[in-house]
Amino acid sequence: MKRLLVAAAGLALSVCLSFAPAIAAYPERPITLIVPWGAGGGTDSVARMIASLLERDLGQPVAVVNRTGGQGVVGHQAIADATPDGYTIGLLTVEIAMMHWQGLTKLDPASYTPLALVNEDPAGLQVRADAPYKTAKDVIDDVTKSPGKYKASGTAQGGIWHLALAGMLTSLKVQPTAVPWVPSNGAAPGLQDLVAGGVQIVTCSLPEARALIEAGRVKSLAVMATERSKLMPDVPTLKEATGSDWTIGAWRGVAGPKGLPKEVTDRLIPALKKAYDSKAYQDFLSSRGFGGRWAEGAAFGAFMTEADASLGKVMKEVGLAK
Amino acid sequence: MGAVEAGIAMVMRFDVILTILAAAAFGIVVGAIPGLTATMAIALLVPITFFMEPIPAVGAMIACSAMAIFAGDIPSTLMRMPGTPASAAYTDECYAMTRKGEAEVALGANVLFSALGGLFGTAVLIVAAPLLAEVALGFSSFEYFWLALLGLSCAIFIGTGAPLKGLLSLLLGLFFATIGLDNPAGIPRFTFGNAELLSGVDFIPAMIGLFAVSEVLRAMASGAPDWEMRQTAMRNPLKGWGRMFVTYWPQQLRGNITGTAIGILPGAGADIAAWVSYAMSRKFSKTPEKFGTGHVEGIIESTSSNNAALAGAWVPALVFGIPGDSITAIVIGVLYLKGLNPGPTLFLNNPQAIYAVFTIFILANLAMIPLGLAALKAGTALLRVPRKLMMPIILVFCIVGAYAVNNSVYGVVLMLGFGVLGFLMEEHGVPIAPCVLGIVLGKLLEEAFVTSMIKADGQLLAFFERPMAAGLGVLTLLVLCLPLLGRLRRALRSA
Repeated sequence: MKRLLVAAAGLALSVCLSFAPAIAAYPERPITLIVPWGAGGGTDSVARMIASLLERDLGQPVAVVNRTGGQGVVGHQAIADATPDGYTIGLLTVEIAMMHWQGLTKLDPASYTPLALVNEDPAGLQVRADAPYKTAKDVIDDVTKSPGKYKASGTAQGGIWHLALAGMLTSLKVQPTAVPWVPSNGAAPGLQDLVAGGVQIVTCSLPEARALIEAGRVKSLAVMATERSKLMPDVPTLKEATGSDWTIGAWRGVAGPKGLPKEVTDRLIPALKKAYDSKAYQDFLSSRGFGGRWAEGAAFGAFMTEADASLGKVMKEVGLAK
Repeated sequence: MGAVEAGIAMVMRFDVILTILAAAAFGIVVGAIPGLTATMAIALLVPITFFMEPIPAVGAMIACSAMAIFAGDIPSTLMRMPGTPASAAYTDECYAMTRKGEAEVALGANVLFSALGGLFGTAVLIVAAPLLAEVALGFSSFEYFWLALLGLSCAIFIGTGAPLKGLLSLLLGLFFATIGLDNPAGIPRFTFGNAELLSGVDFIPAMIGLFAVSEVLRAMASGAPDWEMRQTAMRNPLKGWGRMFVTYWPQQLRGNITGTAIGILPGAGADIAAWVSYAMSRKFSKTPEKFGTGHVEGIIESTSSNNAALAGAWVPALVFGIPGDSITAIVIGVLYLKGLNPGPTLFLNNPQAIYAVFTIFILANLAMIPLGLAALKAGTALLRVPRKLMMPIILVFCIVGAYAVNNSVYGVVLMLGFGVLGFLMEEHGVPIAPCVLGIVLGKLLEEAFVTSMIKADGQLLAFFERPMAAGLGVLTLLVLCLPLLGRLRRALRSA
């Protein structure tokens, strides 16, 4: 009899527990924020800033977990595979609109519930400070004259900055093969190789090139965006410099697995908006030189779909898509 | 001199010192837990520094990383489980000393020479940062190719036993380095369509498996007998240190210089520095036969080297914002957040901050001695635990560490697989150190070769076209060919 009572009590308790999430208001336990890139990088610092601000608003710890490897595939997979209960969300990066075109994964922007776009950094066109070019047009003219002579770097083969270069050249009616790509482990090694004389062009974002630009070793000739950057207002847009309409940037946004319940998105999107508008986040962006860009919910989803289509188009044109 | 005093005054405040001490203690704990690296310790500090003043924030990072690299030697010595990758090169040597009952001597050497190495690196950072950063910035993939090849030649010196078995081990390591997507062409290799395998063989689970899990398996296979040797307590550390300092000053100096130089180069950090120094120590030793049997000489050189590399990595980071290793890659982000934008202008506009950084470096390395000694005393108590109890505990630590690397079970599976591999290799007399070296250097070597070939349109001679590359190339070829020439000469003489 006693044993039966214990069993009944246990059953009652477990029933209560399993219903608890439905009764209590979200969130009632810690949230995990997955980052598909390594600790300490730009994406990681954005994630940690957002997490610390969300934590204050939601009243629950938000733990940042780095799931690296496979050039972002592993982490993006982990976000998509999580249970859609709002307790595991993640920071998507531009790679989500690129990887599936390369045949690396089946994941695409539609595999997620978009929450908010929080940052975008357009590509810049950088050369050595002592290079004989004054404008981006000079670079293009020189490249057209001797295709294959100049090499460019800034990220891995088929990465976002590789596409920036290829798309820019295509938009200016230059063969993308005119500037062979030298793969590197990110912008810093690429920039170092630029200064060391290993490559002649680096197409990475302005904040990544900032230290060497300020040190007078590198100059930026154009930024591939519709507007000039706040960080370096003297650098013209690609349109101003060459007439090309080509724009591209690396962006980051918060999303959850597909099928997040409405009560979760209704709680998270305003919290993210508050975090984005906070002084702490805006100060963070300006001190790191990062660009802010906001889009929430469906608008972020539409932004990703559009990016997916345009990146896919370029990747097919330059032969990077499978 | 106003800036120097202002810089020192910025550090000599109660709250700053307290932050540094707390971060140092945190660094020791994280560094001593296998799988949790110094880089990870720094990454965990980042969100905390959001809410700190600039100087304590930077101080916390410096103190934490220095302690973590030293603390990695503790489990490495006591349990053959490198706490951080920077300890892997001399793990076997330290563990051999423990087996001889000299755990405290090995750890004492680690404390003292880590601190001295750190101070040497700091001195170089203070005196010559702008100048040396300039040199480091001139290194392109051509130079890195030769450096990686030179590093691989270390395998000749670190492997004990038959050279053929050493080569087999090295080739295994190089093979593991090819797995995954992170190669120059961005093509998945040996992944069998598995998303986890795309990330390749992570170095840390592999290292824990090869060293620690294989040792657990071996102990279990033999019924986990207790240590035959009683551990001798370290009497007066100062006395022992004085003797080691006098006997091994050339090794120590060489380790300091090698470590600082490798640290300054943006492509290589403390782990590679330790490997190169250990190999050099053996190569130039008067008693190379003692290496691998628990000889303190190689430990001194390589433990000096990895801590010197840490300070060296700050040279390109402060002057050009180019990270010298994975730790400074994180630090640069924090410097920007705190308005201490790296670059030559930092030295001109904000010299007191630079002097404050230097002061923190000196303080952190000095604090390492008392904190390190305390950690050592606490650590060696573990050796009195019966090995039958210790082995399962070590295995638990291995599993936690391998999981923590990427928060996935994949790391644990990888680690267990490598544990079995390490066990089988050692049962057949195949050394595991060259395999670890192959995993460390394989990617660097391949990247440097492929990117150089793209830049040079496939012209192999390009590896000798740049003056620095030519010099390094000739040096590498000499190192690789000298033993052959020597053998040839002996053969001719005897004929």
